[in-house]
Formats: sequence, structure tokens, C-alpha cells
Amino acid sequence: MSLITRRRLITTGLATAAGVAGLATAAKLSRKYGLVPPDCKGVYGAGETLTYGAERLFARHAMAREFPRSMISEKPFANEIAPPKEAFKKMQARGFVDWRLTVDGMVEHPMTLSLADLKTMPVHSQITEVSCEEGWSYIAEWIGTPLSNVLNEAGLKPGVKYIYYHAVEPYLWETIDIDEAMHPQTLLTMGMNNGDLPVGFGGPLRLRVPRQLGYKSLKFVTHITAIDSVKNIGKGLGSVDPEYGYAWYAGI
Amino acid sequence: MIKRLAPGLGGWGSWPPTLTAQNAVRMGRPGRWLCLRHTSSWYPLRVATLSPVRQKTSPRHAAVVRVTHWLTVVAFVALTVTGLEIVISHPRFYWGEVGNVNVKPAFTLPIPASRDTVPTGYKYVMPDQNGWSRYLHFEAAWLLLFTALAYGAWGLVSGHFKRNLVPVRGERGWRAIWARTRKYLRRSPPGRQEEKSYNVLQRVTYLVVIFVLFPLIMWTGLAMSPSFTGAFPATAWLVGGRQTARTLHFFLTWALIAFLVVHVVMIAISGFWRRMRAMTIGRARTEDEL
Repeated sequence: MSLITRRRLITTGLATAAGVAGLATAAKLSRKYGLVPPDCKGVYGAGETLTYGAERLFARHAMAREFPRSMISEKPFANEIAPPKEAFKKMQARGFVDWRLTVDGMVEHPMTLSLADLKTMPVHSQITEVSCEEGWSYIAEWIGTPLSNVLNEAGLKPGVKYIYYHAVEPYLWETIDIDEAMHPQTLLTMGMNNGDLPVGFGGPLRLRVPRQLGYKSLKFVTHITAIDSVKNIGKGLGSVDPEYGYAWYAGI
Repeated sequence: MIKRLAPGLGGWGSWPPTLTAQNAVRMGRPGRWLCLRHTSSWYPLRVATLSPVRQKTSPRHAAVVRVTHWLTVVAFVALTVTGLEIVISHPRFYWGEVGNVNVKPAFTLPIPASRDTVPTGYKYVMPDQNGWSRYLHFEAAWLLLFTALAYGAWGLVSGHFKRNLVPVRGERGWRAIWARTRKYLRRSPPGRQEEKSYNVLQRVTYLVVIFVLFPLIMWTGLAMSPSFTGAFPATAWLVGGRQTARTLHFFLTWALIAFLVVHVVMIAISGFWRRMRAMTIGRARTEDEL
């Protein structure tokens, strides 16, 4: 037996058509306004897209909390780091004078900067919290130059959507979207609590991304590339994190 | 099928034919027009008024309650399993804004951790499951949020909260709560009235779970997000900092687990399958079954 009323037939048909059209439009608009993360596919893609999309929709320009100097942690926790390679130790012995940051990709003026070059740029300091996905946290003062300064100096070409940055070890790399990269608190950090940034905390150069969890704040940064798509890097999921099962967007 | 409906069709003499009795209940509201397909032809039929016998068995819970209840079950199980999995990576708890292995904890869970940087006293490290646990935790949190919004909006509009959850007039006080508690302690049978409606203890418990525990656990969860607290700093400082939010989030989890255990035990005592039927296909026991 099949049971059909004319009203049900018409409403179901219209609702289905509207739903399909609505979803297609929503997906297109979401992509256009940067609301879809690279790891949007798979079982957890829906949740991840909602989290990232909601943040970018409602809090794209929000500032991470900053704290009074009195709240700086006395004993911050450096977390484990891989033992430095010989080349790194040699550079450390010379005070990192030959540390270089390469800026390339979709920029007008690709460049290579030493730490001394970076220190000539406008200095910014912020007292923000490092929050690890494990649950622990600490507060420190971070001193450096906003990434936006370097990107503006290099001159971004139109169409840049992500900034791809990697560490002295090639297996450590990350990407952030252009909003996060140009955010005033996203900091190429060289100093911590009024001293040089210790190696344990990512010295000589760490990219602090205070609106996201600690794992986005990559240590030992040597290379920054402006790109329009993450598809051709690694497995195309935006960073090594989704490849190990972790979310690309770590704002929560 | 036509044969089963035949007693209600009323013959071709009376046009249009009408459906009556039991089968009509499944076919729509009384007075509604339906098309019945039989051997490649369509017959217009009109659903008859329901018989008084069927009218008595109204659903114990509204469809929205039943659907949102089970969506909440799915979300809650996913959130609890993944939440405890995430806790294992750092089974230490703190008060205030910050806390890490260099800070004295408020308390520590006597379990091994899934990270070797945490001193637990155990010689082994548990497998790290944080990746998928965090993905699923937030996905389930979205499901819970949408379910809560749908249920909350419907509950306000339909009068569900006022009618079914706010204690009835005359039972809004400690005296009524104490009276019903004594009844539980004496293990007296619940009586007919409670077959169709909640007693004062149930109402207060559901109100606390729905309007205190769930909102607080969402709040303390969001108070741990560096991005969310950036947009809404008050979520963190109102509860006393990020680590306090994490510790409260953990306590609230146990409060909800305690509720779940009592809830399921009470259902098992009062008739597990009957209650399951009430929360799924919706029918309560009829008058004559009681």
C-alpha cells in the first residue's frame, strides 16, 4: 500500500528542492567567506566545519585574552622537545646569528631575514596564555614582531588564503588561514618574559598564535610561504595535525 | 490491504467511502483526505473520527521530547567517553587561570596518563587518543547544542516546561519535596497519577539537569577555548579562570553521570520496557491496562 496526499507530495517535493538548493548555496558561500576548514571531510568534518565556521563568522577579529604582568607564570612548562640536531646546536653556539627566516610563495618580494633584520621591525609584546590540548596552561610575556609586518613588507599577492610555516625539522609544519596570519596578536616571537626566547620554548623564533591551542604555535620557525590552497601540501589537510588525527583549527 | 480495511469502507453505495476504527489511526487526522492505491487505481478516502477506545492512549511524551531525549543520549555518551579520554592526557586539576606540571595541583586522579610529560607515579604511559576524542567531543557538543536549542524553544512555546516540569501548584515547597521523598523511602507504589505526570522530585531534578547542569557544563567547556574566551572574556573570568572552568567541567560531568545512574535505576525499578515504550513509540498504558 502506498499512501500519498497531494499536499504531502507538493510540500515534500518543494522542501527537498529548497533544501538541496539551500545547502548548495550555503556550501558555496561558506567556501567564499573562508568558513570551511581543510579537514572538513570525514566523520568529524561536520563538527569541525561548524566550530571553525562559527568562529570565523562571529569572532573573526576577536582578540585573545591578555593578562596583567602579575599573572605571568613563575615556572612555565616548556613541554617536551626533540633533542636538537647537530646543525641546530652549532647555530645555538654562535647565538643564532646565522638563523634565517625565508618568506616566499605568493609574495611580491620574496626575502630572507636574519633575527637582527626581524628585530628592526616594530616590536610588539603581549601577555597571553599558552593552552595545550592536554589541558594544562601557563601565561608568559611574548615579545616579537607581528607576522602581518613581515607579510606586508613582502607584499601579499591577491588570492592568498593560507600561510604555510615550517620548522627547522622538515616534518614539523603548519598552516593558518590569512585572517589568523594577519591578526595583530599573531607574533613572530623572539623574546619571552624580558629575555631571549629560550630554546625549550621554541627559541630563537616561534610563531605564537594565541587564539589557538599550543600546537599551532610552532617552534623553531625557518620558512613562511604564502599559498592559496593547502591541497598540495602533505595530505592536503592543512597541517601534520589532521594527519595524526588532530584538528587543523585549534581555537577550542 | 483493502480487505483489512473493508469493514470501514462502507461500500460503494455511500460515496465517498470512509475509513474507520483502528486502521485510520495510522493514516492521519480525522477528516483528512487520503488516496488509497489498490490494483493500479487510486481511491479517494476520508479518515473517519477516531473511536473513543483509541483516543485514550495518547502519547506519554510529545514527539519532540522523545526525539531530543535520544539525541541527547547519543551526544552525552560521545561527550563523556571522549571527555574522560581527554582527561587522561593530563589527570591533574587546578584552581585559577593556569596550571601545569610545575604548578601544585588541587587534586590528581590516581591513574596513569597518556603523555609521558605528566608525573603520575606509574611506570607506563597509556595510548594517546586525544585526536579523535577532541574531534568527536566538539562534534557531539554541537549536536547537544542544537538539540538543546530545539528542545528549549519548543518547551517554551508549547508550555511543556510550565505544564510538565515546574512543580504543580500546591507542591512548590520543601514540604511537598519531603513528602514525596518519604514516599520513596517507604517504597510506596507511585500510583496512577504518576503514570501520566511527573512527581515533584522528578520535576525538580529535571529542572536542575536541564537548566543548571547542562548550561553550566556547556559554559565551562567554552571557557576553556582560547578563541571563545577571546570573543567573550567574561565566560572565563566569571568562573574564576580557565583551569577552574576545567575542574568544574569535570565535576559537572560526574554530577550528570550520577543523574544518569539514578535515572536508569529508577526506570529499571518502575518498569524498564514500559518506560522505554513511553520514550520511543510514545504510548502510555491505557486506562484498562492499569
